[in-house]
Amino acid sequence: MDLQHLTEAPSDAERSAIDALLGPAEAGEHGPTPSVARARRTFLLPALLALQNRVGWISRGGLGYVCRRLGVPPAEAWGVATFYALLALGERPAAFAHVCDDIACAARGAEELCGALEQRFGPCASSAHRAEPHAQRTSSSAAWARSPCLGLCDQAPAALVTVAGTTPVEQAFGGATLARVESALEGRRVAAASFALESMGPRRLLARATAKEAVTLDGYRKLGGYRALERAFELGPEGVRKEVGASKLVGRGGAAFPTGRKWDAVARHVGKQRHVVCNADESEPGTFKDRVLLEQDPFAVIESMTIAGFATGATRGWIYLRGEYPLAAERLSNAIASARAAGWLGARIAGRDVAFDIELRRGAGAYICGEETALLASIEGFRGEPRTKPPFPVDVGLFGQPTVINNVETLVAVLDVVRDGASSYASVGTPGSPGTKLFCLSGRVARPGVYEVPFGTPLSALIERAGGVPGGKPITGVLLVVVAGSFVSPKQLDLPLSFEGARAAGTTLGSGVVFVMDDSIELLPLLRRIAAFFRDESCGQCVPCRVGTVRQEELLARLARGAARGGLETEQHLLAELGQAMRDASICGLGQTASSAIESAFVQLDPLGGKRS
Amino acid sequence: MSDAQRTIELEIDGRKTQVPEGATLLQACQALSIDVPTFCWAANLTPVNVCRICVVELEGARTLVPACSRKAEAGMVVKTESERVKLSRKLVLELLGSSVDMSLAPEFRSLATKYDAHPERFGPRAPRAPSGERESAHAGHHHVDDGAHAANVAQPMKVDNDLFVRDYEKCMLCYKCVEACGTDAQNTFAIAIAGRGFDARIATELETPLPDSACVFCGNCVGVCPTGALMFKAESDLRDTGAWDESKQKVTDTICPYCGVGCQLSMRVQDNKIVRVTSPADHSVTAGHLCIKGRFGWSFVEGGKPK
Repeated sequence: MDLQHLTEAPSDAERSAIDALLGPAEAGEHGPTPSVARARRTFLLPALLALQNRVGWISRGGLGYVCRRLGVPPAEAWGVATFYALLALGERPAAFAHVCDDIACAARGAEELCGALEQRFGPCASSAHRAEPHAQRTSSSAAWARSPCLGLCDQAPAALVTVAGTTPVEQAFGGATLARVESALEGRRVAAASFALESMGPRRLLARATAKEAVTLDGYRKLGGYRALERAFELGPEGVRKEVGASKLVGRGGAAFPTGRKWDAVARHVGKQRHVVCNADESEPGTFKDRVLLEQDPFAVIESMTIAGFATGATRGWIYLRGEYPLAAERLSNAIASARAAGWLGARIAGRDVAFDIELRRGAGAYICGEETALLASIEGFRGEPRTKPPFPVDVGLFGQPTVINNVETLVAVLDVVRDGASSYASVGTPGSPGTKLFCLSGRVARPGVYEVPFGTPLSALIERAGGVPGGKPITGVLLVVVAGSFVSPKQLDLPLSFEGARAAGTTLGSGVVFVMDDSIELLPLLRRIAAFFRDESCGQCVPCRVGTVRQEELLARLARGAARGGLETEQHLLAELGQAMRDASICGLGQTASSAIESAFVQLDPLGGKRS
Repeated sequence: MSDAQRTIELEIDGRKTQVPEGATLLQACQALSIDVPTFCWAANLTPVNVCRICVVELEGARTLVPACSRKAEAGMVVKTESERVKLSRKLVLELLGSSVDMSLAPEFRSLATKYDAHPERFGPRAPRAPSGERESAHAGHHHVDDGAHAANVAQPMKVDNDLFVRDYEKCMLCYKCVEACGTDAQNTFAIAIAGRGFDARIATELETPLPDSACVFCGNCVGVCPTGALMFKAESDLRDTGAWDESKQKVTDTICPYCGVGCQLSMRVQDNKIVRVTSPADHSVTAGHLCIKGRFGWSFVEGGKPK
C-alpha cells in the first residue's frame, strides 16, 4: 500500500498531543513500516480526540500527522472524523458547551437555556458553515451547540463543557444555567446537582454506589469488592458459566439476550485470542443508570469483566465509554490503574495463572456506537457503521476475534450471581425475570434518579416511589424505552415491570427508561424530538434508515403544522408503511426501531390532541 | 463444484435446491433463475448489503435478510416475493427515488412499476442545495424543515478534471466506488464515506478536488457506479447538450495495447469518438477494473494530444 499523505506539518501543540498518545515519531523520513502503522489503526479515534482536547478542533495539519503516524489513508480518516458529533472539523474556540435539548431536558427548561446562550454567545455553532472561521461569526471567547441526551436526565437541564488545552477540562453537569455554563467555560469547577439513588427492594446493583465509598480500591474492598472474583476462582471457568446460565441473567442494554449463552459461545473458541468488551456507550435518550454505576462503582465493572475473561478464556478487556461521560472516564481510568497496581489486572491476577487487562476507550458523540458491531468498528478505528449479523461477535468480533459484549448493568449483576449463586440471585423478582433492574426516572416526577426495582414491581409503584408528578397533577402518559419504545397510557400504569409483563403488554423494558409526562409536556413536539434524534444518529449506511428517518421527521413536521398531505389517514398509512420497511429491511436495531415510539404514540395516546386536519 | 465441497439443501419459493457451502442466497436464487433485484451488489466487489433492495423473507427470522450477503444454511426456507418483501422493496425504491436522481440507473423504472413505488408520495423535491452545503453538515445536527418538501441530495455537479465528473445528486451511496478505490481493486483509498446519516457522502480528505487528492484516475469507480453519478467527461458533455444517442453508438471489444497484461476493453464509440471504456466484470484478467491508460488514454486515437 503506497498511500498519498497530506504533507502539511502539525503545530507544535498538535504534534505533542499525538506523540503523548503514540510515543515519539519513528526515526527516518518514511516513519513506521506500513504493517506496523496499520496495526495502530485502533488508535485513530483516540488520536482524533487528543487533537480535539488539545486545540479544540481537528486541523488539516493535525489530521495529516495522525494519518502519517498510523498509516491511515487521509480520506478514510476524514470519513471517521466527520462521523462523530463531538469532533470539530473547523476552527472554533477552545471553550465549548454542548447543551442538551433532548426530551428530559426539554421538559425542564432546556429551550430557555439555549435562548440565553444564543444571546450571550451567538447561534448554535453547528448550524453555521463548517469552513467559515468562528471569528467571522462572533467575537466571543466561547461557543455552544445543542446536543442529544447527555445522560443527566435526573439533573436536567444538562450541559457538557469542554475547554481544550494542555490540561483540558471536561465537565458534564446538571442543573445547568447560563451562569453555571459560563463558569465552566472559564474552566472553573461546577458543583454537581443532586439526584435520587434508591432501591425499592434489596439493595444489590446499587449496594456500593449508594455508599459512595467505592471509588477507591480500599473502599471497594471494604464493601466486599473482589469477593466475587475469589468465588469465581473456586468455581472454575465452567462453574462460573453454569452459575451465570442458571441465573437466567439477560442483557440489560435493551436486547435482553441470555448472558450465559454469550459466554458459553465465546468459551468454545479455545486457542483463539478472545475479548471482553464492556458496552458503556449508554446514549439512549432518558438513560443514565450506567453512568451512575460507572461513576460510583467503577471497580465493580472491572471485577466483573475480569470474571468474564476468566470464564470465557479472554485475556483482553475493553471499556467503550460514551464521550459525554468525563467523570466516569476519570473514575474508570483511576480504577484501572489502581487495580493494575494491586495485581487485580495484569499477567498474574491475584498471583494466579490468570491474565486479563483492560483498555479504556472513549466515544466521540455517536449513539450508533452503542450498537455492538458499530462499537467494535469504532474501537478498530473505522466509522461506527454496524456490521451484518451473522456472523455474531461471539464468533467474529473485535479484530475478527471471538468477543463477549456486555452492558454495564449486566456486568454489575454478574457479581451477585457469582458471589451468592444463581438461586440466591433469584430470591427476588419473578420466575421469568429473576433479580433486580435499574430504572431511570425522569420527566415530570418529584425525585428523578436511578431506582433499583425487583422485577415484577408495578410501574405505578415505581412512579409513586419517585414522588409522583409534582403538584399531584395527573399522569398523561409514560414513555417506556425510547428505542424500540412505547408509550404507556394512564390506564396501563399497573404494568408489572418484568420481561414477561412487558411482553404481554406489547412492549419491552429496554434499557430502563421511565419518562413521566403530565399535561405540561406536549406530545407532538416530543415525538418530533425523537424523530430528529433518529435522523441525526442514523449512521447513513442503509437506505431504509438513512432516508426513512428523514421522511418520518418530515411527516411529523407536517402534522405539527396541520398540513397533512392527502389527509390524516394517508399520512398514518405512510407512517405505518415506513415503519414496517424500516423494521424489516434496516441493517441494525437503530433503523429497525426508529419508528416504534412514534407509532406507539398514535396507538396509545392522542398526539394530535383531537385535532384532525 | 469439487467432490470435496459440501452442498447445502434449502428451499426457495417452495422449490428445493442445493448450493455449495458458502454460497449466498442471491447465488442460490440465481441458480434457480429467480430474479432478485440488486443495486449495491456487484460480482466483482465484496457485498456491503446497504441498499436493501435484495431483501428476502427467511422463515424464523425476525427481520428480512439481504440475499446478496446472507450465506445459505441447511434447511432454510426462503420467500423472495412475499408481501413483506414487496413492501420493503417498494419503500426502498420510494426512499431512493425521492432522495436521489435515479434516472440513469438501469432497471429503476421497471422495478418501480413492478413494486408499485410512488416516490412522489413524500412530496415535491426540495430545491438543489448550493455548492458546498452538503459537505459542511456537522454530524448529529440538521436543519429542521417543515415537511413541505422531500429532502434530497440534489447539488451541483463536481467537475474538477478532464476525465470524469462526479454528479452526486445521482449518488445512492452504494459504496461501490469506495470499494473499487480500496481493497477490492485499486488500493488507492482516495475516497471514503464521510459525514453521517442523511448527510453521508462520498468524499476525498477535507473534500479536496480530485486532482489534489490521492486519486490516480484509474476510473474504476466510474466503472462500478450503478447510477451514472460518476461518468466519463466525454459522456457527460454529450448528455449535457442532448447529443448522447445510443442508437448512434457501437461497442467494440479489443485488448489494451499499452502493456503486456492483456486487459480486455469494451470501447463505446459515438460519432467516431470514444465516449466510454469498460472491461467485462467477469474477465479473467481485469475483473472489470483498468488503469488510467486503458480507461482514459485514447485521445491520440482521435488525433488529439494525450491529456
